[in-house]
Amino acid sequence: MEQKSLFSVISPIMVGPSSSHTAGAVRLGLMARNIYNHEFTKVKFVLYNSFATTGFGHGTDKGLLAGVLGYSVDDSGIKNIFDTVSGVDYSYEYREDISRHPNSVDIIFDDKMTICGDSVGAGEIRINNINGFTANIDGSYHSLILMYKDRPGMISKVSDIIQKQDINIASLHCDRSSKGGTASMYLALDIPVGEDVVEKVRQIKDVFFVTNVRKLK
Amino acid sequence: MAILSFADLVNECTKQNKSIYEIAQEQESILLEDTIDVVRLRVLEDLLAMKEAVKNGLHSTEKSISGWCGDDCVKLPQRFNKKGALFGKTFEKIITYALATAEENLRMGRIAACPTAGSCGIVPSVIIAVSEEEKILEAEQINGLLTAGFIGLLISNKVQLAGAVAGCQAECGVASAMAAGALCQMLGGNTSQIIQASSLALKNILGLTCDPVCGLVEVPCIKRNPFLAVHAVTAAELALCGVESKIPMDEIVDTLKITGQLMSPLLKETSLGGLAKTKTAQELEKKLFNKKV
Repeated sequence: MEQKSLFSVISPIMVGPSSSHTAGAVRLGLMARNIYNHEFTKVKFVLYNSFATTGFGHGTDKGLLAGVLGYSVDDSGIKNIFDTVSGVDYSYEYREDISRHPNSVDIIFDDKMTICGDSVGAGEIRINNINGFTANIDGSYHSLILMYKDRPGMISKVSDIIQKQDINIASLHCDRSSKGGTASMYLALDIPVGEDVVEKVRQIKDVFFVTNVRKLK
Repeated sequence: MAILSFADLVNECTKQNKSIYEIAQEQESILLEDTIDVVRLRVLEDLLAMKEAVKNGLHSTEKSISGWCGDDCVKLPQRFNKKGALFGKTFEKIITYALATAEENLRMGRIAACPTAGSCGIVPSVIIAVSEEEKILEAEQINGLLTAGFIGLLISNKVQLAGAVAGCQAECGVASAMAAGALCQMLGGNTSQIIQASSLALKNILGLTCDPVCGLVEVPCIKRNPFLAVHAVTAAELALCGVESKIPMDEIVDTLKITGQLMSPLLKETSLGGLAKTKTAQELEKKLFNKKV
Protein backbone atom coordinates (compact mmCIF):
# COMPACT_ATOMS: atom_id res chain seq x y z
CA MET A 1 0.00 0.00 0.00
CA GLU A 2 1.38 3.39 -0.98
CA GLN A 3 1.70 5.64 2.04
CA LYS A 4 -0.57 8.68 1.92
CA SER A 5 0.15 12.15 3.17
CA LEU A 6 -1.61 13.64 6.16
CA PHE A 7 -2.29 16.65 3.96
CA SER A 8 -4.64 14.53 1.86
CA VAL A 9 -6.91 14.69 4.93
CA ILE A 10 -6.51 18.31 6.15
CA SER A 11 -6.14 19.95 2.71
CA PRO A 12 -6.47 21.16 0.01
CA ILE A 13 -7.12 24.81 0.60
CA MET A 14 -9.71 25.45 -2.09
CA VAL A 15 -12.76 27.46 -2.98
CA GLY A 16 -15.95 25.58 -2.21
CA PRO A 17 -18.38 24.05 -2.27
CA SER A 18 -17.30 20.61 -3.48
CA SER A 19 -13.93 18.90 -3.78
CA SER A 20 -15.12 16.75 -6.70
CA HIS A 21 -17.36 19.29 -8.47
CA THR A 22 -15.36 22.49 -7.83
CA ALA A 23 -11.70 21.72 -6.98
CA GLY A 24 -11.75 18.69 -9.30
CA ALA A 25 -13.17 20.85 -12.08
CA VAL A 26 -10.42 23.46 -11.67
CA ARG A 27 -7.75 20.73 -11.72
CA LEU A 28 -9.23 19.16 -14.86
CA GLY A 29 -9.10 22.58 -16.50
CA LEU A 30 -5.51 23.15 -15.35
CA MET A 31 -4.40 19.75 -16.60
CA ALA A 32 -6.09 20.29 -19.98
CA ARG A 33 -4.42 23.69 -20.23
CA ASN A 34 -1.03 22.09 -19.52
CA ILE A 35 -1.62 19.41 -22.14
CA TYR A 36 -2.82 21.77 -24.88
CA ASN A 37 0.02 24.14 -24.01
CA HIS A 38 -0.97 26.80 -26.58
CA GLU A 39 -2.64 30.18 -26.45
CA PHE A 40 -6.31 29.71 -27.30
CA THR A 41 -9.24 31.92 -28.18
CA LYS A 42 -12.04 29.39 -27.98
CA VAL A 43 -12.84 26.66 -25.50
CA LYS A 44 -15.89 24.44 -25.21
CA PHE A 45 -16.81 22.25 -22.25
CA VAL A 46 -19.11 19.26 -22.61
CA LEU A 47 -20.30 18.23 -19.14
CA TYR A 48 -21.69 14.77 -18.49
CA ASN A 49 -24.01 13.19 -15.93
CA SER A 50 -23.61 14.58 -12.39
CA PHE A 51 -21.32 17.35 -13.70
CA ALA A 52 -24.18 18.32 -16.04
CA THR A 53 -27.04 18.04 -13.55
CA THR A 54 -25.55 19.39 -10.31
CA GLY A 55 -22.56 21.26 -11.72
CA PHE A 56 -24.53 24.49 -11.86
CA GLY A 57 -25.04 24.61 -8.09
CA HIS A 58 -21.42 23.64 -7.44
CA GLY A 59 -19.77 26.17 -9.72
CA THR A 60 -18.38 23.37 -11.91
CA ASP A 61 -18.77 25.62 -14.98
CA LYS A 62 -16.76 28.39 -13.31
CA GLY A 63 -14.14 25.93 -12.03
CA LEU A 64 -13.48 24.43 -15.46
CA LEU A 65 -13.11 27.84 -17.08
CA ALA A 66 -10.85 29.05 -14.25
CA GLY A 67 -8.66 25.97 -14.68
CA VAL A 68 -8.07 26.40 -18.41
CA LEU A 69 -7.21 30.05 -17.68
CA GLY A 70 -4.60 28.96 -15.13
CA TYR A 71 -6.30 29.78 -11.81
CA SER A 72 -5.32 27.67 -8.82
CA VAL A 73 -7.97 25.78 -6.81
CA ASP A 74 -7.90 28.31 -3.96
CA ASP A 75 -8.21 31.48 -6.05
CA SER A 76 -11.02 33.65 -4.68
CA GLY A 77 -11.45 35.09 -8.18
CA ILE A 78 -13.11 31.88 -9.40
CA LYS A 79 -16.47 32.94 -8.00
CA ASN A 80 -16.63 36.01 -10.25
CA ILE A 81 -14.81 34.61 -13.24
CA PHE A 82 -17.72 35.19 -15.65
CA ASP A 83 -17.48 38.91 -14.87
CA THR A 84 -13.72 39.16 -15.30
CA VAL A 85 -12.85 36.87 -18.22
CA SER A 86 -12.17 38.49 -21.59
CA GLY A 87 -10.70 37.52 -24.92
CA VAL A 88 -11.86 33.90 -24.71
CA ASP A 89 -14.96 32.55 -26.37
CA TYR A 90 -16.24 29.89 -23.96
CA SER A 91 -19.32 27.70 -24.11
CA TYR A 92 -20.93 24.77 -22.31
CA GLU A 93 -22.94 21.79 -23.39
CA TYR A 94 -24.72 19.36 -21.08
CA ARG A 95 -25.18 15.67 -21.85
CA GLU A 96 -26.15 12.39 -20.28
CA ASP A 97 -24.08 9.31 -21.13
CA ILE A 98 -24.10 6.35 -18.75
CA SER A 99 -20.97 4.92 -20.36
CA ARG A 100 -19.08 7.90 -18.91
CA HIS A 101 -17.98 8.50 -15.31
CA PRO A 102 -20.57 10.43 -13.20
CA ASN A 103 -18.29 13.50 -13.10
CA SER A 104 -16.97 13.72 -16.60
CA VAL A 105 -16.03 16.48 -19.08
CA ASP A 106 -14.68 17.00 -22.60
CA ILE A 107 -12.59 20.14 -23.00
CA ILE A 108 -12.19 21.28 -26.60
CA PHE A 109 -9.59 23.94 -27.45
CA ASP A 110 -9.94 25.99 -30.66
CA ASP A 111 -11.79 23.03 -32.30
CA LYS A 112 -8.31 21.43 -32.51
CA MET A 113 -7.82 19.33 -29.41
CA THR A 114 -10.34 17.40 -27.31
CA ILE A 115 -9.27 16.36 -23.82
CA CYS A 116 -11.58 14.08 -21.82
CA GLY A 117 -11.32 13.66 -18.09
CA ASP A 118 -13.09 12.63 -14.90
CA SER A 119 -13.18 14.07 -11.40
CA VAL A 120 -12.77 10.90 -9.37
CA GLY A 121 -13.26 12.23 -5.83
CA ALA A 122 -11.57 14.41 -3.20
CA GLY A 123 -10.31 16.75 -5.93
CA GLU A 124 -8.40 13.96 -7.67
CA ILE A 125 -8.69 13.81 -11.45
CA ARG A 126 -7.90 11.57 -14.39
CA ILE A 127 -7.42 12.51 -18.04
CA ASN A 128 -8.44 9.44 -20.03
CA ASN A 129 -8.53 10.54 -23.64
CA ILE A 130 -6.71 13.08 -25.80
CA ASN A 131 -7.95 13.55 -29.37
CA GLY A 132 -9.37 10.03 -29.40
CA PHE A 133 -6.31 8.34 -27.93
CA THR A 134 -6.60 6.64 -24.56
CA ALA A 135 -4.58 8.17 -21.74
CA ASN A 136 -4.27 7.72 -18.00
CA ILE A 137 -2.96 10.93 -16.49
CA ASP A 138 -3.74 11.91 -12.90
CA GLY A 139 -1.41 14.89 -12.64
CA SER A 140 0.82 13.29 -10.02
CA TYR A 141 3.81 13.01 -12.39
CA HIS A 142 5.71 15.32 -14.68
CA SER A 143 5.05 13.89 -18.08
CA LEU A 144 5.75 14.01 -21.77
CA ILE A 145 2.92 13.41 -24.21
CA LEU A 146 3.49 12.94 -27.92
CA MET A 147 1.60 12.03 -31.06
CA TYR A 148 3.26 10.56 -34.13
CA LYS A 149 2.93 8.26 -37.09
CA ASP A 150 3.07 4.68 -35.84
CA ARG A 151 6.28 2.90 -36.89
CA PRO A 152 8.84 0.58 -35.30
CA GLY A 153 11.48 2.06 -32.97
CA MET A 154 9.63 5.14 -31.73
CA ILE A 155 9.60 4.08 -28.07
CA SER A 156 13.33 3.41 -28.05
CA LYS A 157 14.11 6.72 -29.80
CA VAL A 158 12.16 8.68 -27.21
CA SER A 159 13.37 6.71 -24.19
CA ASP A 160 16.94 7.03 -25.44
CA ILE A 161 16.70 10.84 -25.37
CA ILE A 162 15.25 10.77 -21.85
CA GLN A 163 17.71 8.19 -20.57
CA LYS A 164 20.61 10.39 -21.71
CA GLN A 165 19.33 13.01 -19.23
CA ASP A 166 19.50 10.37 -16.49
CA ILE A 167 15.76 10.74 -15.87
CA ASN A 168 13.75 7.76 -14.64
CA ILE A 169 10.57 6.82 -16.53
CA ALA A 170 7.94 5.86 -13.92
CA SER A 171 5.40 4.56 -16.44
CA LEU A 172 4.79 4.42 -20.19
CA HIS A 173 1.51 4.19 -22.08
CA CYS A 174 1.03 3.93 -25.86
CA ASP A 175 -2.02 3.78 -28.09
CA ARG A 176 -2.60 3.92 -31.86
CA SER A 177 -5.46 4.27 -34.33
CA SER A 178 -4.16 1.44 -36.53
CA LYS A 179 -0.89 -0.14 -37.61
CA GLY A 180 1.04 2.62 -39.34
CA GLY A 181 -1.67 5.13 -38.37
CA THR A 182 -1.61 7.88 -35.79
CA ALA A 183 -0.21 6.91 -32.40
CA SER A 184 0.18 8.47 -28.96
CA MET A 185 2.75 8.01 -26.21
CA TYR A 186 2.57 9.12 -22.61
CA LEU A 187 5.61 9.01 -20.31
CA ALA A 188 5.40 9.68 -16.57
CA LEU A 189 8.73 10.99 -15.26
CA ASP A 190 10.27 11.30 -11.81
CA ILE A 191 11.69 14.73 -12.61
CA PRO A 192 10.62 17.14 -15.35
CA VAL A 193 12.52 17.34 -18.65
CA GLY A 194 13.76 20.64 -20.04
CA GLU A 195 12.69 22.34 -23.25
CA ASP A 196 15.87 21.07 -24.97
CA VAL A 197 14.63 17.51 -24.50
CA VAL A 198 11.19 18.41 -25.82
CA GLU A 199 12.86 19.94 -28.86
CA LYS A 200 14.91 16.79 -29.48
CA VAL A 201 11.79 14.64 -29.28
CA ARG A 202 9.98 17.02 -31.60
CA GLN A 203 12.74 16.56 -34.19
CA ILE A 204 12.27 12.81 -34.35
CA LYS A 205 10.90 11.98 -37.81
CA ASP A 206 7.09 11.55 -37.89
CA VAL A 207 6.46 13.17 -34.48
CA PHE A 208 3.84 15.88 -35.01
CA PHE A 209 2.91 16.86 -31.47
CA VAL A 210 4.85 17.01 -28.19
CA THR A 211 3.87 18.57 -24.92
CA ASN A 212 5.72 18.78 -21.64
CA VAL A 213 3.26 18.62 -18.77
CA ARG A 214 4.16 19.65 -15.23
CA LYS A 215 2.50 17.72 -12.43
CA LEU A 216 -0.38 19.40 -10.62
CA LYS A 217 0.15 20.83 -7.15
CA MET B 1 7.78 0.99 10.81
CA ALA B 2 4.70 2.05 8.87
CA ILE B 3 1.77 2.89 11.15
CA LEU B 4 -1.42 1.60 9.56
CA SER B 5 -3.75 1.11 12.52
CA PHE B 6 -4.60 2.78 15.81
CA ALA B 7 -3.10 -0.24 17.61
CA ASP B 8 0.19 0.41 15.74
CA LEU B 9 -0.04 4.07 16.71
CA VAL B 10 -0.45 3.33 20.44
CA ASN B 11 2.48 0.89 20.32
CA GLU B 12 4.69 3.37 18.53
CA CYS B 13 3.77 6.24 20.89
CA THR B 14 4.52 4.04 23.92
CA LYS B 15 7.75 2.61 22.49
CA GLN B 16 9.16 5.99 21.49
CA ASN B 17 7.54 7.88 24.39
CA LYS B 18 6.08 10.39 21.93
CA SER B 19 2.75 12.10 21.31
CA ILE B 20 0.60 11.37 18.27
CA TYR B 21 1.48 14.73 16.71
CA GLU B 22 5.21 14.02 17.06
CA ILE B 23 4.84 10.67 15.30
CA ALA B 24 2.64 12.38 12.67
CA GLN B 25 5.11 15.17 11.86
CA GLU B 26 8.03 12.76 11.72
CA GLN B 27 6.26 10.37 9.38
CA GLU B 28 5.14 13.28 7.19
CA SER B 29 8.64 14.74 7.06
CA ILE B 30 10.00 11.41 5.79
CA LEU B 31 7.20 11.08 3.23
CA LEU B 32 7.61 14.64 1.89
CA GLU B 33 11.40 14.43 2.11
CA ASP B 34 11.44 17.70 4.02
CA THR B 35 12.10 18.94 7.56
CA ILE B 36 9.63 18.83 10.45
CA ASP B 37 9.65 22.64 10.42
CA VAL B 38 8.44 22.65 6.83
CA VAL B 39 5.69 20.16 7.69
CA ARG B 40 4.55 22.36 10.59
CA LEU B 41 4.64 25.41 8.35
CA ARG B 42 2.29 23.67 5.90
CA VAL B 43 -0.05 22.79 8.76
CA LEU B 44 0.07 26.44 9.81
CA GLU B 45 -0.95 27.44 6.27
CA ASP B 46 -4.03 25.24 6.65
CA LEU B 47 -4.75 26.69 10.08
CA LEU B 48 -4.50 30.25 8.77
CA ALA B 49 -6.79 29.42 5.83
CA MET B 50 -9.29 28.01 8.34
CA LYS B 51 -9.16 31.18 10.45
CA GLU B 52 -9.57 33.33 7.36
CA ALA B 53 -12.63 31.31 6.30
CA VAL B 54 -14.23 31.81 9.73
CA LYS B 55 -13.49 35.54 9.57
CA ASN B 56 -14.96 35.89 6.10
CA GLY B 57 -17.98 33.74 6.88
CA LEU B 58 -18.93 35.49 10.13
CA HIS B 59 -20.40 38.62 8.59
CA SER B 60 -21.41 37.53 5.11
CA THR B 61 -25.03 37.01 4.12
CA GLU B 62 -24.24 36.23 0.50
CA LYS B 63 -26.40 33.34 -0.67
CA SER B 64 -25.27 30.17 -2.37
CA ILE B 65 -25.75 29.73 -6.13
CA SER B 66 -29.05 27.95 -5.48
CA GLY B 67 -30.18 30.85 -3.31
CA TRP B 68 -31.26 28.56 -0.45
CA CYS B 69 -28.57 29.09 2.16
CA GLY B 70 -25.94 31.53 3.37
CA ASP B 71 -27.72 33.88 5.78
CA ASP B 72 -27.93 31.81 8.96
CA CYS B 73 -24.57 32.45 10.62
CA VAL B 74 -25.24 36.15 11.20
CA LYS B 75 -28.35 35.25 13.20
CA LEU B 76 -26.32 33.65 15.99
CA PRO B 77 -24.44 36.65 17.42
CA GLN B 78 -27.65 38.68 17.21
CA ARG B 79 -29.08 36.52 19.98
CA PHE B 80 -25.89 35.57 21.81
CA ASN B 81 -24.91 39.23 22.23
CA LYS B 82 -28.18 39.79 24.12
CA LYS B 83 -28.54 36.45 25.83
CA GLY B 84 -25.61 34.09 26.07
CA ALA B 85 -25.98 30.43 25.14
CA LEU B 86 -26.79 27.97 27.90
CA PHE B 87 -23.41 26.22 27.52
CA GLY B 88 -21.36 29.41 27.51
CA LYS B 89 -19.04 31.37 25.25
CA THR B 90 -17.01 28.43 23.89
CA PHE B 91 -20.18 26.66 22.79
CA GLU B 92 -21.44 29.86 21.11
CA LYS B 93 -18.19 30.23 19.23
CA ILE B 94 -18.02 26.59 18.14
CA ILE B 95 -21.46 26.54 16.53
CA THR B 96 -20.99 30.01 15.05
CA TYR B 97 -17.57 29.24 13.53
CA ALA B 98 -18.75 25.89 12.17
CA LEU B 99 -21.67 27.56 10.44
CA ALA B 100 -19.48 30.46 9.23
CA THR B 101 -17.05 28.06 7.56
CA ALA B 102 -19.72 25.82 6.03
CA GLU B 103 -21.55 28.87 4.63
CA GLU B 104 -18.31 30.32 3.29
CA ASN B 105 -17.78 27.03 1.46
CA LEU B 106 -21.17 27.06 -0.26
CA ARG B 107 -20.72 30.60 -1.56
CA MET B 108 -17.48 29.54 -3.27
CA GLY B 109 -15.30 31.07 -0.55
CA ARG B 110 -11.79 29.82 0.26
CA ILE B 111 -11.72 26.98 2.81
CA ALA B 112 -9.52 24.03 3.79
CA ALA B 113 -11.16 20.67 3.06
CA CYS B 114 -10.94 18.78 6.36
CA PRO B 115 -11.37 15.98 5.46
CA THR B 116 -13.84 17.15 2.76
CA ALA B 117 -15.30 20.47 1.66
CA GLY B 118 -18.78 19.50 2.89
CA SER B 119 -17.42 18.85 6.39
CA CYS B 120 -14.96 21.75 6.39
CA GLY B 121 -16.43 23.55 9.42
CA ILE B 122 -16.06 20.90 12.10
CA VAL B 123 -12.32 20.62 12.87
CA PRO B 124 -11.59 24.37 12.47
CA SER B 125 -14.50 25.53 14.65
CA VAL B 126 -13.43 23.34 17.56
CA ILE B 127 -9.72 24.20 17.31
CA ILE B 128 -10.23 27.95 16.82
CA ALA B 129 -13.06 28.51 19.32
CA VAL B 130 -11.41 26.55 22.13
CA SER B 131 -8.01 28.15 21.46
CA GLU B 132 -9.51 31.64 21.72
CA GLU B 133 -11.37 30.92 24.92
CA GLU B 134 -8.65 28.85 26.59
CA LYS B 135 -5.74 30.98 25.31
CA ILE B 136 -4.08 28.05 23.57
CA LEU B 137 -0.89 28.98 21.72
CA GLU B 138 -0.48 28.61 17.95
CA ALA B 139 2.10 25.81 18.33
CA GLU B 140 -0.41 23.81 20.36
CA GLN B 141 -3.10 24.47 17.73
CA ILE B 142 -0.73 23.05 15.11
CA ASN B 143 -0.23 20.00 17.35
CA GLY B 144 -4.01 19.66 17.50
CA LEU B 145 -4.41 19.85 13.74
CA LEU B 146 -1.57 17.36 13.22
CA THR B 147 -3.32 14.99 15.63
CA ALA B 148 -6.63 15.43 13.77
CA GLY B 149 -4.91 14.88 10.44
CA PHE B 150 -3.20 11.69 11.56
CA ILE B 151 -6.45 10.27 12.94
CA GLY B 152 -8.18 11.04 9.63
CA LEU B 153 -5.27 9.54 7.72
CA LEU B 154 -5.43 6.24 9.63
CA ILE B 155 -9.20 6.04 9.02
CA SER B 156 -8.76 6.88 5.33
CA ASN B 157 -6.27 4.00 4.98
CA LYS B 158 -9.27 1.71 5.42
CA VAL B 159 -12.23 3.75 4.17
CA GLN B 160 -12.36 6.34 1.42
CA LEU B 161 -13.60 9.53 3.05
CA ALA B 162 -16.42 10.22 0.63
CA GLY B 163 -20.19 10.32 1.04
CA ALA B 164 -20.54 8.40 -2.22
CA VAL B 165 -18.53 5.54 -0.72
CA ALA B 166 -19.67 5.32 2.90
CA GLY B 167 -22.22 8.06 3.56
CA CYS B 168 -21.90 11.13 5.76
CA GLN B 169 -20.46 9.05 8.62
CA ALA B 170 -17.27 9.03 6.51
CA GLU B 171 -17.29 12.81 6.03
CA CYS B 172 -18.87 14.74 8.94
CA GLY B 173 -18.54 11.67 11.19
CA VAL B 174 -14.82 11.34 10.56
CA ALA B 175 -14.37 15.12 10.84
CA SER B 176 -15.96 14.89 14.28
CA ALA B 177 -13.61 12.07 15.31
CA MET B 178 -10.67 14.18 14.09
CA ALA B 179 -11.90 17.25 15.99
CA ALA B 180 -12.39 15.21 19.18
CA GLY B 181 -8.78 14.01 18.98
CA ALA B 182 -7.49 17.52 18.28
CA LEU B 183 -9.39 18.95 21.22
CA CYS B 184 -8.19 16.23 23.56
CA GLN B 185 -4.59 16.94 22.49
CA MET B 186 -4.96 20.69 23.03
CA LEU B 187 -6.50 20.18 26.48
CA GLY B 188 -3.60 18.00 27.61
CA GLY B 189 -5.04 14.53 27.05
CA ASN B 190 -2.67 11.59 26.70
CA THR B 191 -2.43 9.25 23.69
CA SER B 192 -5.01 6.83 25.05
CA GLN B 193 -7.49 9.61 25.85
CA ILE B 194 -7.03 11.16 22.39
CA ILE B 195 -7.84 7.87 20.66
CA GLN B 196 -10.73 7.26 23.07
CA ALA B 197 -12.15 10.68 22.21
CA SER B 198 -12.03 9.81 18.48
CA SER B 199 -13.52 6.38 19.16
CA LEU B 200 -16.43 7.81 21.13
CA ALA B 201 -17.15 10.44 18.48
CA LEU B 202 -17.04 8.01 15.55
CA LYS B 203 -18.89 5.20 17.34
CA ASN B 204 -21.81 7.47 18.10
CA ILE B 205 -22.29 8.70 14.56
CA LEU B 206 -22.12 5.37 12.69
CA GLY B 207 -24.81 4.97 10.05
CA LEU B 208 -25.18 8.63 9.13
CA THR B 209 -26.34 8.78 5.50
CA CYS B 210 -25.50 11.22 2.72
CA ASP B 211 -28.74 12.48 1.14
CA PRO B 212 -28.09 16.01 -0.14
CA VAL B 213 -31.06 17.81 -1.66
CA CYS B 214 -30.49 18.22 -5.43
CA GLY B 215 -26.98 16.85 -4.96
CA LEU B 216 -25.75 20.18 -3.60
CA VAL B 217 -23.45 20.58 -0.58
CA GLU B 218 -26.14 22.59 1.21
CA VAL B 219 -29.09 20.72 2.72
CA PRO B 220 -28.43 19.04 5.16
CA CYS B 221 -24.62 19.44 4.94
CA ILE B 222 -24.24 22.99 6.22
CA LYS B 223 -26.08 22.66 9.50
CA ARG B 224 -24.57 19.25 10.09
CA ASN B 225 -21.26 21.05 10.69
CA PRO B 226 -22.22 22.79 13.99
CA PHE B 227 -23.97 19.63 15.20
CA LEU B 228 -20.97 17.39 14.62
CA ALA B 229 -18.58 19.99 16.06
CA VAL B 230 -20.47 19.90 19.36
CA HIS B 231 -20.57 16.10 19.14
CA ALA B 232 -16.74 16.17 19.09
CA VAL B 233 -16.66 18.22 22.30
CA THR B 234 -18.90 15.70 24.10
CA ALA B 235 -16.54 12.91 23.03
CA ALA B 236 -13.41 14.79 24.17
CA GLU B 237 -14.89 15.71 27.55
CA LEU B 238 -15.97 12.12 28.21
CA ALA B 239 -12.55 10.79 27.22
CA LEU B 240 -10.76 13.34 29.44
CA CYS B 241 -12.97 12.14 32.33
CA GLY B 242 -11.64 8.65 31.70
CA VAL B 243 -14.68 7.22 29.91
CA GLU B 244 -13.60 4.57 27.41
CA SER B 245 -15.23 2.96 24.40
CA LYS B 246 -15.70 -0.77 24.96
CA ILE B 247 -15.07 -1.32 21.23
CA PRO B 248 -11.52 -0.36 20.17
CA MET B 249 -10.98 2.31 17.50
CA ASP B 250 -9.70 -0.10 14.81
CA GLU B 251 -12.88 -2.16 15.10
CA ILE B 252 -15.01 0.99 14.98
CA VAL B 253 -13.24 1.98 11.76
CA ASP B 254 -13.90 -1.50 10.32
CA THR B 255 -17.55 -1.05 11.31
CA LEU B 256 -17.62 2.33 9.59
CA LYS B 257 -16.47 0.64 6.40
CA ILE B 258 -18.88 -2.30 6.64
CA THR B 259 -21.79 -0.02 7.53
CA GLY B 260 -20.90 2.03 4.44
CA GLN B 261 -21.02 -1.11 2.30
CA LEU B 262 -24.37 -2.13 3.79
CA MET B 263 -25.83 1.32 3.24
CA SER B 264 -28.19 1.52 0.27
CA PRO B 265 -26.73 3.38 -2.73
CA LEU B 266 -29.86 5.54 -2.54
CA LEU B 267 -28.37 7.04 0.63
CA LYS B 268 -24.81 7.59 -0.62
CA GLU B 269 -24.63 10.97 -2.34
CA THR B 270 -26.93 9.96 -5.20
CA SER B 271 -29.80 12.18 -4.01
CA LEU B 272 -32.19 9.34 -4.81
CA GLY B 273 -33.31 8.72 -1.23
CA GLY B 274 -33.60 10.21 2.25
CA LEU B 275 -34.08 13.95 2.64
CA ALA B 276 -33.40 14.41 -1.08
CA LYS B 277 -36.63 12.56 -1.90
CA THR B 278 -38.93 14.45 0.46
CA LYS B 279 -41.84 16.44 -0.95
CA THR B 280 -40.15 19.73 -0.09
CA ALA B 281 -36.84 18.63 -1.63
CA GLN B 282 -38.58 17.74 -4.86
CA GLU B 283 -40.30 21.12 -4.94
CA LEU B 284 -36.94 22.83 -4.36
CA GLU B 285 -35.49 20.76 -7.18
CA LYS B 286 -38.18 21.90 -9.60
CA LYS B 287 -37.57 25.55 -8.69
CA LEU B 288 -33.79 25.15 -9.03
CA PHE B 289 -34.01 23.67 -12.50
CA ASN B 290 -36.42 26.38 -13.61
CA LYS B 291 -33.88 28.90 -12.36
CA LYS B 292 -31.09 27.19 -14.28
CA VAL B 293 -33.04 27.36 -17.57
